[in-house]
Amino acid sequence: MTADASVLIAADAPRSARGTGLDRAFEILCFTAATFLLAALGGLIVSLMIGGWPAFAHFGIGFFFSAEWDPVKEIYGAAGAVTGTLVTATLALIFALPLALGVAIFLVELCPSRLRRPIGTAVELLAGIPSIVYGMWGLFVFAPWFSKHVQMPIMMSAEPGTLWETLTTGVPNGSGILSASLILAVMILPFMAATLRELFLTIPPQVRESAYGLGSTTFEVIDKVSLPYIRTGAIGAVMLGLGRALGETMAVTFIIGNSHGFPTSMFASGSTIASTIANEFAEATGVLHTSSLIALGLVLFVITFIVLALARVLIGKQANL
Amino acid sequence: MTAFAPQRLSRTIAEGAFLAFCWVAAAVALLALTAIMWSLVSQGIGGFFKPDGSGLDLNIFTMSTPAPGSEGGLLNAIMGSLMMCAAAMLGAVFVGVLAGTWLSEFARDSRYGKIVRFLNDVLLSAPSILVGLFVYEILVAPLKGFSGFAGAVALGLIAAPVITRTTEDVLRLQPTALREASVALGAPVWRTILAVIWKSAQGGMLTGALLAFARISGETAPLLFTALNNQFLSLDMTKPTANLPVVIFNFALSAYDDWRRLAWAGALLIAATVLTVTIIARLLAQEPRRS
Repeated sequence: MTADASVLIAADAPRSARGTGLDRAFEILCFTAATFLLAALGGLIVSLMIGGWPAFAHFGIGFFFSAEWDPVKEIYGAAGAVTGTLVTATLALIFALPLALGVAIFLVELCPSRLRRPIGTAVELLAGIPSIVYGMWGLFVFAPWFSKHVQMPIMMSAEPGTLWETLTTGVPNGSGILSASLILAVMILPFMAATLRELFLTIPPQVRESAYGLGSTTFEVIDKVSLPYIRTGAIGAVMLGLGRALGETMAVTFIIGNSHGFPTSMFASGSTIASTIANEFAEATGVLHTSSLIALGLVLFVITFIVLALARVLIGKQANL
Repeated sequence: MTAFAPQRLSRTIAEGAFLAFCWVAAAVALLALTAIMWSLVSQGIGGFFKPDGSGLDLNIFTMSTPAPGSEGGLLNAIMGSLMMCAAAMLGAVFVGVLAGTWLSEFARDSRYGKIVRFLNDVLLSAPSILVGLFVYEILVAPLKGFSGFAGAVALGLIAAPVITRTTEDVLRLQPTALREASVALGAPVWRTILAVIWKSAQGGMLTGALLAFARISGETAPLLFTALNNQFLSLDMTKPTANLPVVIFNFALSAYDDWRRLAWAGALLIAATVLTVTIIARLLAQEPRRS
């Protein structure tokens, strides 16, 4: 950071001035607030563990490998929702990353300078739109269009018996794994584009200008100079986007179709951990049902924690975003 | 010279393809986002006018959520959301400002400070639905009832890390000379922080609080099983409390056209609020640079 981080007034101030007696009290108050945040995260983990324990104890290790989810027979397995979460988030990242990079490069290198600020600001503002808006758009606008113009033609033309046919079976109502991934992609796109743009702007102009001065094309400057310069930070930004996609609830719940079990095709309906919890938790009655949902939450926490921790470590190395 | 010609051609092609890709990517992305904004405005605006198009309809602000087929608005949801967000912000500002101050003024690079900073960042981006589960476990289940209070706690837990983060960042930007000057004048450290450092950083801290408010005002997932919902206007936060996000969620997934119409209107209302607050926050953040 800019101010000399080494100088801590609180540590060096003279203790003789009037009123210093309250210094200690104020420091303790601040310390308590910081510790409260720590305790909140700790409490979150512990409460998920305690709440999920009955499910882990009842199903054992099989909880993670079974895709059966049957509230009537009281049999619960996490594999379907975990797979749905990982598949939708990964697909969303695959769709969103090239677009986000394209938008960021467009804003930094190609956009007419008069439009640069308005478009850049608009992208940043869109990153703050609540995800429920994306979910509603997905359900009411995107799904009907997707069903009519993408799913129907593809399913009609798929040759029976091929792998492609297996991958594209499902009810062509516009919802499903692929639709959810696309909506997620649209949702994380502004966030990733804004972060990447900010990273591109941290590159000193001299570095880029010298590359251009040597006769490089725009592509070569981006590929050989800019991207290597921001690489760690960019990977961190991508991981943050992935973290968002993994834990996103509302954008997915509207459009994934909410069926349990192992997703077998792009157009089949499925579920993610977050959408399962959102749909069933308030209505869950049995101890085992509630507990299985909380156990799912713990699995989600562990997945996102790993991704976010990696992201923070990488971004921290690059710059303070 | 001729030896270089093929390579130059390949460079030109690569450059052209790359530039074309960036233009197309930007166009596709901006188109998709414009499409979303367009549907939001065109579908949502209907809720603010009478169904036959004859002038403004303020039912949305004056009536509570209706049964399907009858007239109604979103008053109870708007009130519930405002109450919960206000309560959440009160707690979050208190905890967040003090925690951020501790990180910036007392902890800095100590080991415990680093741990708190890192875990605060984790909490900042943890899936919000898990915060809802946590609050359910500690407040709703033991007290045997959903309540607006529990919803406010969940929202506060989402807002506090945001405020901690921004507070620390702006406090760190304050020059050391400012602190030294105040201490040299004989002020104790707590007065230095309260009257000098906070005072000088207040614009940035306000921006942080506004961004946190923008973040929680659209949060749906943590409210689903903490505040739940309430059909009626109620100011009692110890009971289930209606709120905009959950009402939008329930109404959007219903089969009734008038409910869906209200859902779109509510979504537009939330998005407009979030955008307005974010824009104000950004304008505030630019202020110090100008003066």
